[in-house]
Amino acid sequence: MLYQPWPWYVSGPLIAIIMAVLILLGKKFGMSSNLETFCSVGGAGKFTDYFKIDVKSKRWNLLVVLGSVFGGFLGAHVLSPNPAVDITAETVAKLQGLGFESAGKAYLPTELFSLEALSQPMVWIILLVAGVLVGFGTRYAGGCTSGHAISGLSNLQRPSLIAVIGFFIGGLIMNHLLFPLIFGS
Amino acid sequence: MKSIIYIIIGTFLGIVLYKSEAASWFRIYEMFQFDSFHMYGIIGSALAVGVVLVQLIKRSKTKSFFGETINIPNKEKAFTRYLLGGILFGLGWALAGACPGPMYILTGAGYWPILIVLFGATVGAFLYGVLRGKLPH
Repeated sequence: MLYQPWPWYVSGPLIAIIMAVLILLGKKFGMSSNLETFCSVGGAGKFTDYFKIDVKSKRWNLLVVLGSVFGGFLGAHVLSPNPAVDITAETVAKLQGLGFESAGKAYLPTELFSLEALSQPMVWIILLVAGVLVGFGTRYAGGCTSGHAISGLSNLQRPSLIAVIGFFIGGLIMNHLLFPLIFGS
Repeated sequence: MKSIIYIIIGTFLGIVLYKSEAASWFRIYEMFQFDSFHMYGIIGSALAVGVVLVQLIKRSKTKSFFGETINIPNKEKAFTRYLLGGILFGLGWALAGACPGPMYILTGAGYWPILIVLFGATVGAFLYGVLRGKLPH
């Protein structure tokens, strides 16, 4: 059971409990603010006061990041004998149409996330642009999936609802309109 | 001692997000195609439990484990930043198939190309910090 993929009705409530424990520790559940802390640690305060923060006050969240790296290692290498993600047949067919032969057979598409894929300059560009959009977007919106979709909506915050609607507008545009242009040819 | 608590929470988060497959690019694609209930189930059930827990904590005026008053701040009132920032985030989320939490988790799982995404995300956060004075909020 532990070694199978965990069902949504187990995983979702566990995520909520993680959020509640962080609140009970006097903290909050938000993973993207760490990106700003990385900038501050890297000396971005020289460019703008925005990054002149007390890094020590963010240390707890960096420890959560450190733990999540370890958790990812355990999840992948200890708790998952079979990495294949059992997505629906329709999704597999659509992805094969876009050239993703690894659909249904891997945890991440090998066409983007294998070392062999990095021999293609286009893959570097895709990964880098995707990262910049996530990092810029999440700080502009003041939160990501954890900060807005889970923490903000759990606290019934209207701004978080606007942000989550934005997440879906962007995601649907990328998935339905841009994917055929990026991967279809 | 406190450090250990945060590392354990992070480790648990990493295992949950990996094992739920919320850290899988394929699940994110499937979600935006509306082909499966899985991701909606995760987010929906997290919210159902989350709303109740947050309300309980707020109404009971529980102190934190360290005896401090718990303050859950409201999000600053605005519209443009949430919608535009959200759309940009969504474009990246669908393309990378990972939001910030899973980026750290996938690094631990050994999918090294995710480091390019993580580097890009840090650059993106830096660009926001530099340009924020010129952006509509």
